[in-house]
Amino acid sequence: MELAELMKQSTKYGLLALGLITAAAAAHPALAASLPKNSAGFTVHAPQPWEWWFQPAASPIQKSIDWMMQFVLWIMFGVVLLVAGLLAYIMVKFRASVHPVPSTTTHNTLIEVIWTVAPALLLIVIFVPSLNMIYQQSNYKHPYMTVKVTGHQWYWEYQYLGAKGVDFTSYPIPPNQLKPGEIKQLSVDHPLVVPANRKIVFQITSGDVLHSFFIPSLGVQRYAIPGQYWHQWTKIDAPGVYYGECNQICGMNHDNMPIEIVALPMAQFQAWLAEAKADAAQGDVPPVHKYEVLAEAAAAKAASIAQPHLALASNASN
Amino acid sequence: MSATALHDDHAAHGHQPGFLRRWLMSTNHKDIGTLYITWAIIAGIEGGVLSMIMRAQLAEPGNTLITNGAAWNAIVTSHGLLMIFFLVMPALIGGFGNWMVPMMIGAPDMAFPRLNNMSFWFLFMGFIFVNLGLLVGVGSGIGWTLYPPLSDITYSPGPAVDFTLFSLHLAGISSLLGAINFIATILNMRAPGMTMHKMPLFVWSILVTAFLLLLAIPVLAGAITMLIMDRNFGTSFFEPAGGGDPVLFQHLFWFFGHPEVYIMILPAFGIVSHVVSTFSKKPIFGYLGMVYAMVAIGFVGFVVWAHHMFVSGISMDSKVYFEAATLVIAVPTGVKVFSWIATMWGGSVELKTPMLWAIGFIFMFVVGGATGVVLANAGLDTELHNTYFVIAHFHYVLSMGSVFAIFAGFYYWIGKMYGQQYNETLGKLHFWLFFIGVNLTFFPQHFLGLAGMPRRYPDYPTAFAGWNYVSSMGAIVSGVSTLVFFVILFKIFTGKQKLAANYWGEGATTLEWTVPSPAPHHTFEDVPVIR
Repeated sequence: MELAELMKQSTKYGLLALGLITAAAAAHPALAASLPKNSAGFTVHAPQPWEWWFQPAASPIQKSIDWMMQFVLWIMFGVVLLVAGLLAYIMVKFRASVHPVPSTTTHNTLIEVIWTVAPALLLIVIFVPSLNMIYQQSNYKHPYMTVKVTGHQWYWEYQYLGAKGVDFTSYPIPPNQLKPGEIKQLSVDHPLVVPANRKIVFQITSGDVLHSFFIPSLGVQRYAIPGQYWHQWTKIDAPGVYYGECNQICGMNHDNMPIEIVALPMAQFQAWLAEAKADAAQGDVPPVHKYEVLAEAAAAKAASIAQPHLALASNASN
Repeated sequence: MSATALHDDHAAHGHQPGFLRRWLMSTNHKDIGTLYITWAIIAGIEGGVLSMIMRAQLAEPGNTLITNGAAWNAIVTSHGLLMIFFLVMPALIGGFGNWMVPMMIGAPDMAFPRLNNMSFWFLFMGFIFVNLGLLVGVGSGIGWTLYPPLSDITYSPGPAVDFTLFSLHLAGISSLLGAINFIATILNMRAPGMTMHKMPLFVWSILVTAFLLLLAIPVLAGAITMLIMDRNFGTSFFEPAGGGDPVLFQHLFWFFGHPEVYIMILPAFGIVSHVVSTFSKKPIFGYLGMVYAMVAIGFVGFVVWAHHMFVSGISMDSKVYFEAATLVIAVPTGVKVFSWIATMWGGSVELKTPMLWAIGFIFMFVVGGATGVVLANAGLDTELHNTYFVIAHFHYVLSMGSVFAIFAGFYYWIGKMYGQQYNETLGKLHFWLFFIGVNLTFFPQHFLGLAGMPRRYPDYPTAFAGWNYVSSMGAIVSGVSTLVFFVILFKIFTGKQKLAANYWGEGATTLEWTVPSPAPHHTFEDVPVIR
């Protein structure tokens, strides 16, 4: 664990060295800051200012992605450094002023074999662990629950398969109606509510053009394609709020169909789902913008903390 | 006037065409090459202005400049199409290819001069239509990848998208005719003694590129024809409601689109090889390895297309195959990079402007290649697909790869093409400003992508503001460097030097350096013999 953290930190610094121009950002205090929490005590998984690595991983898939990214970048960083070093050496040692007579060497079979075989071996080193990732990401069998996600111009629709009638739409909050704690172009009116620590499968499709269902901190992304269903799974490590965005050009409001997922502890999720089903049975559509359960959690956990209201708690009066 | 013309060298070999006849009906490979380069510069300026507008909009959050998302999408689409089809390809293939290939193989001209002329004018018309696609109505905001259903008539009504698609047909025909011409020229018109294995690397790069065009463009043409049919004639090739499949379009598009990537980089490889060899005063190291690395890249480039679709409609096993095949490309690419380094190794390296661009190319291309290996991993692409990490990656290989090579070629050959040398100090200033500008623009975009910023967004959550601001500052620096380039151009066109045939000296060994500078209208009255 410590080693992984060390590796991650040094990857960051390696990248930084590569972008000399951006070195000033290294000392920025925002980097050290941990993720903010909302008034319910939930962690907010959204992009942070001056972020220069993945959002903190919050699912097994994203943890593997984070690890693999460091692994590949370290190798590629070595390659870039090697080429940079050789080029620098050439520009110093073989400039015309210090090296007026060029050699006439044009062949060296051994070295040509080496620089063909060595990269090939390096690629095998990369390929093998990445294979496991593909298998891991594709294994969507035996979920706790499945949510059918439909992209529309320009909102998302979530249908809880197995929970009769629980099917609602999710629109962004317009910038001029944002309440404290809500995030421009990320907060929505009706977030997708799921249990933490359970395997969830998204069955992704579209009602019109292509969209892409993308939640960076969970390692989830798949195109929403009309007439087709593609599956992507996740298991959210801890209760919290997770933000994502549509990531495939879908028309004039492409930048305005965000994804907000609320992961609740199991008991709270079940309470929420029961209520949502009851609402659906009464024909209240959409039935799910009732966040009393969450507000109770907020009251229990963080009532005394004077913090800006979060999106969830502020909707409690609905 | 006519009296002086009679004493002119060229006039002795035929009539001197008037301005309109010379430029509108040209059958001369050098004039057509000049037309291509001129048009590449014009399209490059337009594409560059569009990118400046985009960076101005993205400099801070909030829709401050382009308030209409449809207009934004049209700008994004046109920027991509202009830069790919009307800057990089015309400059590298139609421009330098036309100018240099016949001279390098000792041929008097291209095999089919009138076809050559047609190629250019098809491209010109394509340029007109791509602009109609930008300007008519709200413009075609479908992305340069043209994916349906967004590009279908239901979601993009109006003629703009049809103009854009037709523009690609025209540009495609232009490329196709050009490719046929290059293949016929290179295979049939080499001077005696110039065997395939003695051909300069730039000629090889154009030959491989021409084959890629020949095989890839018809697939694009088929795909956009089907799209036009879907839009206007009631078919449903890509419409699920009629039994069609939007993913089919993606397969067809990328079967063209991935080779297209190599179409844009192989000629750049060729130019860099010449520049590196010339300014190291050494022959290319591992010539055969260099040739067959390009051939290998060409072959493998055709069987990796679905790595653009890792989060689209493909299965697990397809991901495994396409990732493996994609990684393989790194091997021949590595051969090329190491061979350039070995060419310089032990040489007598002169850091003239073209060499700066070439070395800059090698380094930046390796950085872009490194992120390419990252993106080849299907598992990582789940997180990185369509984010700014991808934008950073392909601008490192295009904006710093192909475009660096275009500038390398320009400074390397402008004396041969126009007879006037560029200003060395200004040339170096141009390089350093552009180098700093593009790195400042695109390096922070890696961070934006890692943090999850999607591409093609006219506005973004406030957290992304910091790096976007840095990126926009970089764009200003690149913009200023382009102004320096205009000054350089002005000084070239007002210069009054006399240049030697081989102004680079012993390192420049290919045939174009045996003819005067500027190269006369007709080269090789006597067939050169290569030993």
